[in-house]
Amino acid sequence: MKTVEPDLVPYDEAVAAYDVVMGIEVHVELSTASKMFCGCSTAFGAEPNTQTCPTCLGLPGSLPVLNQQAVESAIRIGLALGCDVAEWCRFARKNYFYPDMPKNFQTSQYDEPICFDGATTVEVEGREFVIPIERAHMEEDTGKSLHVGGATGRIHGADHSLVDYNRAGIPLIEIVTKPIEGTGALAPQVARAYVAHLRDLLRSLGVSDVRMEQGSLRADLNVSLRRAPEAPFGTRSETKNVNSLRSVERAVRYEISRHAGIIDAGMKVTQETRHWHEDTGITTAGRSKEQAEDYRYFPEPDLVPVAPERAWVEQLKAALPEPPAVRRPRLQAGWGFSDLEMRDVLNVGALDLIEQTVAAGTAPAAARKWWLTELARRANEQGVELDALPVTPAHVATVQSLVDAGELNDKLARQVFEGVLAGEGTPEQVVEKRGLKLVSDDGALTAAVEEALAANPDVVAKVRGGKHQAAGALVGAVMKATKGQADAARVRELLLERIGVDH
Amino acid sequence: MTDTTTDLVRLSATETAGVIARGEASAADVAKAHLDRIGAVDGAVHAFLHVDAEGALAAAREVDDKRARGEEQGPLAGVPLALKDVMAQRGVPTTCGSKMLEGWRPPYDSTVVTRLRAAGVVILGKTNMDEFAMGSSTEHSAYGATHNPWDLDRIPGGSGGGSAAAVAAYEAPLAIGTDTGGSIRQPAAVTGTVGVKPTYGGVSRYGLVAFSSSLDQAGPCSRTVLDAALLHEAIGGHDPRDSTSIDAPLPPVVAAAREGAQGRLDGVRVGVVRELSGEGYQPGVEQRFHEAVDLLRELGATVTEVSCPHFQYALSAYYLIAPSECSSNLARFDAMRYGLRVGDDGEHSAEEVMALTRAAGFGPEVKRRIMLGTYALSSGYYDAYYGSAQKVRTLISRDFAQAYEQVDVLVSPTTPTTAFPLGSKLEDPIAMYLNDLCTIPSNLAGGAAMSLPCGLSPDDGLPVGLQIMAPAMADDRLYRVGAAVETALADRWGGNLLTQAPELQEKA
Ligand SMILES: [Zn+2]
Repeated sequence: MKTVEPDLVPYDEAVAAYDVVMGIEVHVELSTASKMFCGCSTAFGAEPNTQTCPTCLGLPGSLPVLNQQAVESAIRIGLALGCDVAEWCRFARKNYFYPDMPKNFQTSQYDEPICFDGATTVEVEGREFVIPIERAHMEEDTGKSLHVGGATGRIHGADHSLVDYNRAGIPLIEIVTKPIEGTGALAPQVARAYVAHLRDLLRSLGVSDVRMEQGSLRADLNVSLRRAPEAPFGTRSETKNVNSLRSVERAVRYEISRHAGIIDAGMKVTQETRHWHEDTGITTAGRSKEQAEDYRYFPEPDLVPVAPERAWVEQLKAALPEPPAVRRPRLQAGWGFSDLEMRDVLNVGALDLIEQTVAAGTAPAAARKWWLTELARRANEQGVELDALPVTPAHVATVQSLVDAGELNDKLARQVFEGVLAGEGTPEQVVEKRGLKLVSDDGALTAAVEEALAANPDVVAKVRGGKHQAAGALVGAVMKATKGQADAARVRELLLERIGVDH
Repeated sequence: MTDTTTDLVRLSATETAGVIARGEASAADVAKAHLDRIGAVDGAVHAFLHVDAEGALAAAREVDDKRARGEEQGPLAGVPLALKDVMAQRGVPTTCGSKMLEGWRPPYDSTVVTRLRAAGVVILGKTNMDEFAMGSSTEHSAYGATHNPWDLDRIPGGSGGGSAAAVAAYEAPLAIGTDTGGSIRQPAAVTGTVGVKPTYGGVSRYGLVAFSSSLDQAGPCSRTVLDAALLHEAIGGHDPRDSTSIDAPLPPVVAAAREGAQGRLDGVRVGVVRELSGEGYQPGVEQRFHEAVDLLRELGATVTEVSCPHFQYALSAYYLIAPSECSSNLARFDAMRYGLRVGDDGEHSAEEVMALTRAAGFGPEVKRRIMLGTYALSSGYYDAYYGSAQKVRTLISRDFAQAYEQVDVLVSPTTPTTAFPLGSKLEDPIAMYLNDLCTIPSNLAGGAAMSLPCGLSPDDGLPVGLQIMAPAMADDRLYRVGAAVETALADRWGGNLLTQAPELQEKA
């Protein structure tokens, strides 16, 4: 069934006419060694169905055993988000049928989340926004369906489906915000900043790989519009499984325009889930509220209640890493970056990368230069996050050290990164394979210098006459002859030496 | 069949282990004798769904080899056992009495099976049961009913009728049952055998195909109280694979059984539950029960009447909680990964295959309970049904707690009636459910309970069960009191009750 949707309202008009309310649910896969309720490995990318056992396959008679490491991670996440930690809470079964759900119920938490009532702050365009946190609860991931033979990759129209249960039972933490209000036209950026902030926070806690492109962090975006901040909430849509920061921003933006179009046309927004299409930049309808299932939640009888000891919780709280709001000013001061430079660093998500690069021995300015220019450009071209590039902070540090040693110039360094990105190996291997070393051997250079002097007697005369800047043309000739692999400063030295002028 | 083999199958588990340990018979001989007995009588009884002769003989030979090497073995080494078909055993068909799991061979062992193997127990095969343990007669098995060895036209109880009948018919001296609302004790009562539902959490549920997770408990079936204690000890104790398993030492059940067999119960306080007698109870059952109470007094126990006013709501609460959990537990039977698959012809969607399979694979009683539970958990009804039932559960636990302030154990008849004729209650689910009136409260409260024979009802000559109940983790009290009653009655009868059972016709 296709329903005709009204035209989108241009974004600026939409946010001028309506007040935006958002709610964001983020699912984080924990990086525990084993799954939530069994001993199977959680490693990503293994052969399908090789990381399974009776419990995560839901075989008859199998039982869950709670992963205590996951409980600890959940509590630390909650504490880092300023949440209270439940003295006593239970798991619940969320009952629904789906082939990638081995038991046809998901073991989750319902009305007794382990963490609740927190808040965290994000900054967008110099303004601070407080994001109220409703809860952070534990649950298990489902398996992964692959629908074969259809045009869309979705279940409809597929010939058959394959299910990989390696993901079934991976520990998830779902972090749910309260309604986020008062963001105005910045709503999409606030949504993005919040997800980016969570990503940084979770990474600093060391609880997750936070690889959005691998789905270890994914966001469900609830958006609704109302005429004025005093008005009751409008009907919301929920765009599911958005898995890049860029998409978070785009999807919110799109939904605002779409909702405005519907309301302007005098129609009613349907409460439904939406699918985000990265390629076309639009959302399409999923399940509506009328089709929504009754999950028949009830307390999980196979698990005993979780009652974290207070002393332990206090201990975890005391051992939390430095919060981003403290860490950022500290790093900025240490690196000597201006506010503007720091904002750029945060915008491209390069903070951790630069910190690690500096830690590997690179000067802060050089680290910033590589990540924010050459590498940010590459990431943008490929449509991936900066940290998803195969280039690591250690690579950047190596390249910069070669530059500092005069073995590479910036142009060659860029070629080294190109090679690393193309999968040609480490920077050292790329330098080796592509033969990118600067020609610093004076013997090889001398020939090129002699040639240049012989070919340009008039320029040589000018230089002798005191016009030292004219030597640039000679340097250019030598660089051309050596295909750029010479150190320009050294070439200049040799030329001036040969001509017999002081330099 | 020779006299020796006849003798071997008549021995208790304790005696059997002794015979093997002393080298009077090999474990393989014992296993063969039981396999022969199964071959001779199971055509009439139908206690077994699957007989694993090969596996049994291999396990028996292993016991014999160990004995030959002089290795120390446990008190049940070489003793044959019948395993309820709800318990996963690696590589051996496990159907739960359902078409849904026809042909499914678990790739893993339940903890109970692991411990049985470690104890050198010889598993003969898998016993019949009501489908997914839902029923009180085994008539809800997809593979046909089991017959009561006392009267082949009557039910052997359920859901573990196969396990109880196997023990009563001398097909095995021991069996494993599971008890969610009485599925060990009610079959024990109507077949003249002993059955124990341990404290909830006392025996691991890992590998027990779940019916109702908060109620299910595996336990021993046997012909003597001491045998039950030995089996209880072999399978019980903490298991890290079951989060609801109690992390504490098992109560000293074997010692208690031996102490009870000395005969006296001086200082033991026994409470008779007022609410578990009277209207609806067969007069012959009541008579034997009152005689058993008199016997307890004669043995030195002090007997008082106690009231558990909320027991009257137990059945209603049970029929909300158990179906609710079952509706969720049985959701996994969807044709996607194992078991039956119907409609996989390229014409039907996965969702349709699930629906067709569940429609074809589940029997009417299972469907009735899934629907009941699905309804009870639905949004808008949850508080009124599941929520209220949980409150009743708390009140019943409180009744027990108050009673145990005054007494050490509680007693009642195990069932309101003796074994009823096959087919007589199939059309009336409520009448069937009422059979579990006395057994359900212990499941709801998580306590321990035993049924042992206390005579034949004078009105129909069929076995009557005495139920003894004890607080959680006081399972030893059951064994002390039970063994004392058993010893006194055996003196009176000149042997245990089963010696009065009619001989089954043996097929040549
Ligand atoms: Zn697993």
